[in-house]
Amino acid sequence: MKPKVAVFDFTCCEGCELQILNCEEEMPDLVAALDIVTFREAMTEHNDYYDIAFIDGACSRESEVVRLKEIRARAKMVIPIGACACLGGVNCLKNSRSMDEVLKAEYGDAARYYDTIPARPISAVIPIDFFIPGCPIVKEEFIRVVQEILAGRTPYQPSTPVCAECKMAGNVCVFDKGMTCLGPVTRGGCQASCVTGGAVCWGCRGLIDEPNVNSEKEILEKAGLSVGDILKKFDLFNACQEVTWK
Amino acid sequence: MRKIDINVRQLTRVEGHGNIIVRVSNGRIEEVKWEITESPRFFEVMLRGRPWHDVHVLASRICGICSVSHQLASLQATEAAFGIQPSEQSTLLRRLLYVGEIIESHMLHIYLLALPDLLHAGSVFPLLHSSKDIVLRGLRLKKLGNEIMEIIGGRSIHPQAIVVGGFARVPRHQDLLYLQGRLKEALPDLEATVEFFRGLELPEFSRQTEYIALKNPEEYAFVRGSISSTDTGIAALDQYLDITNEYCVPHSTAKFTRHVLESYAVGALARINNNYEQLNTLAKKAANELGLEPICCNPFMNNVAQVVETIHEVEEGIDLINRLLRMVMQEEDIVVPVKAGQGVGVVEAPRGLLIHDYTYDNKGHIVRANCVTPSNQNHGNIQHNLEALVHQHLDKSENELRLLCEMLVRAYDPCISCSTH
Repeated sequence: MKPKVAVFDFTCCEGCELQILNCEEEMPDLVAALDIVTFREAMTEHNDYYDIAFIDGACSRESEVVRLKEIRARAKMVIPIGACACLGGVNCLKNSRSMDEVLKAEYGDAARYYDTIPARPISAVIPIDFFIPGCPIVKEEFIRVVQEILAGRTPYQPSTPVCAECKMAGNVCVFDKGMTCLGPVTRGGCQASCVTGGAVCWGCRGLIDEPNVNSEKEILEKAGLSVGDILKKFDLFNACQEVTWK
Repeated sequence: MRKIDINVRQLTRVEGHGNIIVRVSNGRIEEVKWEITESPRFFEVMLRGRPWHDVHVLASRICGICSVSHQLASLQATEAAFGIQPSEQSTLLRRLLYVGEIIESHMLHIYLLALPDLLHAGSVFPLLHSSKDIVLRGLRLKKLGNEIMEIIGGRSIHPQAIVVGGFARVPRHQDLLYLQGRLKEALPDLEATVEFFRGLELPEFSRQTEYIALKNPEEYAFVRGSISSTDTGIAALDQYLDITNEYCVPHSTAKFTRHVLESYAVGALARINNNYEQLNTLAKKAANELGLEPICCNPFMNNVAQVVETIHEVEEGIDLINRLLRMVMQEEDIVVPVKAGQGVGVVEAPRGLLIHDYTYDNKGHIVRANCVTPSNQNHGNIQHNLEALVHQHLDKSENELRLLCEMLVRAYDPCISCSTH
């Protein structure tokens, strides 16, 4: 039996769902291997019976908490996709202010019509079974995870830092150019595409499991930085790391 | 007497969350509502305090489908505030990246989101069997857009290569030649797309509408120009607030806008209505074959306008690559003279006029940010079009009317999560 798959969107840009639709060449095979039963951005058919729920986006409203619990009750496997779902992502930048202040700043006098709560990753609301990080997700990684699930294996989660992949890619180190970068402490699996692409690592895949003991940490030390310092500097995707939930 | 009760919760095959509500009782229209329920995202608040080099990286995350447009509007705003003029090389590379985004976004909408309505399916997935050739053609065209963004920008969603002041990477000669070949190969697929649309009957509907788009005497405007309205003529970019007049309605987390009429429209149809004469040769030929000429007030024709623009952008891409191949391209040393000031950046995102307006302090941190997205500007017009559509089609069955309403909203290709930025 093909696994029944659902794709859901919460607070996000829906770019990670688009990455699924960007599997142009693989789409016939994906559709043959999976029974996609719910995917609002792409299909009108809808079914509440599914085995795997892929979730795009962070949770930032009470109504989303309720929706997430319903999905958890139905799905055998819940897999957040992308920085918003896995880390809270950029949405968490609003969390340093009170929600009243945020609503007023955006909507002025009309703020009373709307509601929001501090943004949080999916794992802060419901238990998850695996996650596919990145902003956006890497489509090859999405396909690999699907293949491993179909084969009945626990998918591999990269645990080496971006820095190691960046060296393999032959890039000049961002620190040697006098800039800073989250590569030494960020989970790899992206082949350091941001540094290769002309930028720095912004940490969109979240921290590696033990950022304080990894071998790339010496790059930070040479630049006179601690893991804490660099995270403060680069809060773009990781602002939620320090937030405790009410 | 007739009773109609349409309640579409979370309309499918659009980007983001919106509801359509239509209630007719005793033949009288009691309620027609386009409701936006997308979670508010607060980018304007989150941009406050950010340093200039982070700003376009964060702004990009407003939208996964038109991240290039958001990056470019953001960079233009920052560059205007600091008084930076990017080089010709950077300008051409940015424009080529843009070609990729327009092709990808338009083909995504035509072939994956709108096509199922035209072929009476719920999604593109079953069509992979029943109309395989058509879908594979669409996927090939869509992939071309993504390839351009990957090769020129680093990746297709949130590309990394555009930075304040310029462009961080120089493509290799052979990569440009490869892309040019791919663009030329796409022309037969686009001819087939035109042929396909010639055989279709889009719904008959028309409502007097003000269309607003960028306008530039030198080119069909996507990334530079002034703001042009079919009703009031030209306005300078920094006068945008006089055009957009954003306001809140309780049933929408996205702001609405209005200008001289009760609402206005932006997007591919608005661009063609303002700039038809500047379409490239093949694009204009396709417009003629498909019966699209200004001023067209049928929003369903936005689908056709997107096909025409895709052809225009393929021609544009071939030409841009010729110009890049003639240049001696080199990595640029980009110096950013940070200073206090305000800047407005305006581009035509695939879905229409997109505005970023930033005020910086003297350390290069944002003090105030305002963004107006295309779908913000279209929501009001969608509402008024739905009202007129229901009025004109009261004789239809509830199911027929529901599909018409859904198709009308989809024709705008709304990006709802952009609009609740």
